[in-house]
Amino acid sequence: MIPPAPCVLSVERLEKSFGDVRAVDGISFHVAQGEIVGLVGPNGAGKTTTINMILGVLEPGGGKIEIEGVDLAADRSRALSHTNFAAVYAPLPGNLTVEQNLRVFGMLYGVSDLSERIEKLLAAYDLMRYRRTKAGVLSSGEQTRLSLAKAMLNRPRLLLLDEPTASIDPSNARDIRAGIAKFVDNGLCGVLWTSHNMYEVQAVCDRVMFLSHGRIVLEGDPKTLPEEHGAASLDDLFVNVAQEALYAAGGR
Amino acid sequence: MNVSRVGAIVVRMFYLYRGSPQRVFPIFIFVAIDVLVWGFLTRYLNSVSHADFNFVPALLGAVLLWDFLTRVMQQITMALFEDVWTRNFLNFFATPLRTSEYLAGLLVVAVITSLMSLIAMLILARAAFGLSFLTYGVAIAPFLMVLFVTGIALGVAASALVLRLGPASEWLIWPIPMLISPFAGVFYPVTVLPGWMQAVALILPPAYVFEGMRSVVAGHAPPWDRLAIGAMLALVYLALACLFFFATYRVVIRTGLIARYSAETVT
Repeated sequence: MIPPAPCVLSVERLEKSFGDVRAVDGISFHVAQGEIVGLVGPNGAGKTTTINMILGVLEPGGGKIEIEGVDLAADRSRALSHTNFAAVYAPLPGNLTVEQNLRVFGMLYGVSDLSERIEKLLAAYDLMRYRRTKAGVLSSGEQTRLSLAKAMLNRPRLLLLDEPTASIDPSNARDIRAGIAKFVDNGLCGVLWTSHNMYEVQAVCDRVMFLSHGRIVLEGDPKTLPEEHGAASLDDLFVNVAQEALYAAGGR
Repeated sequence: MNVSRVGAIVVRMFYLYRGSPQRVFPIFIFVAIDVLVWGFLTRYLNSVSHADFNFVPALLGAVLLWDFLTRVMQQITMALFEDVWTRNFLNFFATPLRTSEYLAGLLVVAVITSLMSLIAMLILARAAFGLSFLTYGVAIAPFLMVLFVTGIALGVAASALVLRLGPASEWLIWPIPMLISPFAGVFYPVTVLPGWMQAVALILPPAYVFEGMRSVVAGHAPPWDRLAIGAMLALVYLALACLFFFATYRVVIRTGLIARYSAETVT
């Protein structure tokens, strides 16, 4: 019997409220090494709030987050040293060039072979010709590729991707999905991936969690989950779950 | 404290200054304008005044020292504003960067740019108006140190305000030195102030520096005991400013403001 892969992320009874609104309502989940976990749900379901708490930029109201066994609340700096993220709403500083951005963030993550690593990432994300271009004048797709290159700088054990391919054309999106899947295939990194693109979730995720009103309402293999719940596709299942959650919330 | 992470903040600012004359220009231009305006004014005052009093070290010197404090404060807040303008707090604080390391990075940048400003100021004041800081003797070192620490404390406290109140608080930050200057007795002895203003001056470290400066210009020995009080006050303010910054950071992490910085949730 193959032993289960160790957890890179463990979330226990995580909570966060903003005033009277319970944005995240006691969710628990884990991400194992070599696993890509999709976190999907309608707008305002609590996906970004959850990611922000895991990134240490939002203090949870309750619960516990451990990254590679390190308690985020107790030792944030160590917990985040092997974590990285890319989010469509967090572009890198537009007044630095592509290469300068990678160097600054590489120093922040303490990447030892930084110059060599930057060269590899510039090549991998097709950014070589933009290395001296200010990030602010890149197209949104190029900025996303830069964010992903930054996210790979420290060879993260935990990668948080918040709609990483939202601004990218289908061809580039496919390449990027393949690149991330290949990186995860080395078995050391776990990924938490939010997306509204159910095709993407089905293509890359080993497991998917449906979040609604701050709760995980459904979880399973994205390839078999629609059939198990009588839906034609993951897209349809998403709509059904979102609507059911909406009715339930209305009835509460 | 991790040197690489502090270095990242400094290197980021180095890249910004290197590629941007509009950032380098203000380090020198405001100082140069002040030296020229106040230099000519003091020269004029010397020519119309029949007393033996030399206005250059008393007035131009005071302006330059006050400029130094203002520069130090502004260089810290300017470095922070780079992250405000680029909405970069989320990117930076989602890394292993500690708040103390971020603050240390801002401090190093402020030290370097303020020294550049100071050197430019000294060269111009000496070349154009014959003012040398050596006029103040050995007391110039504590004068500059007290003003420097006070400038840092003001910069850190102002940065905390910006962090808490959001991008528009920029307009609240710039006039802070101007608000303090009437109480600090930059251009006149504190004794000419009304009682309540003198009471405020007692808790302002720069007041001790400018009183000391006038004492030296008048030919007396530097008031070391008074300067020691000013230095102690400056250090206390620096410690309080750092505590304020750390406390503010905890608030913005708890409320989520750091992740959605442009929201300006405080109204």
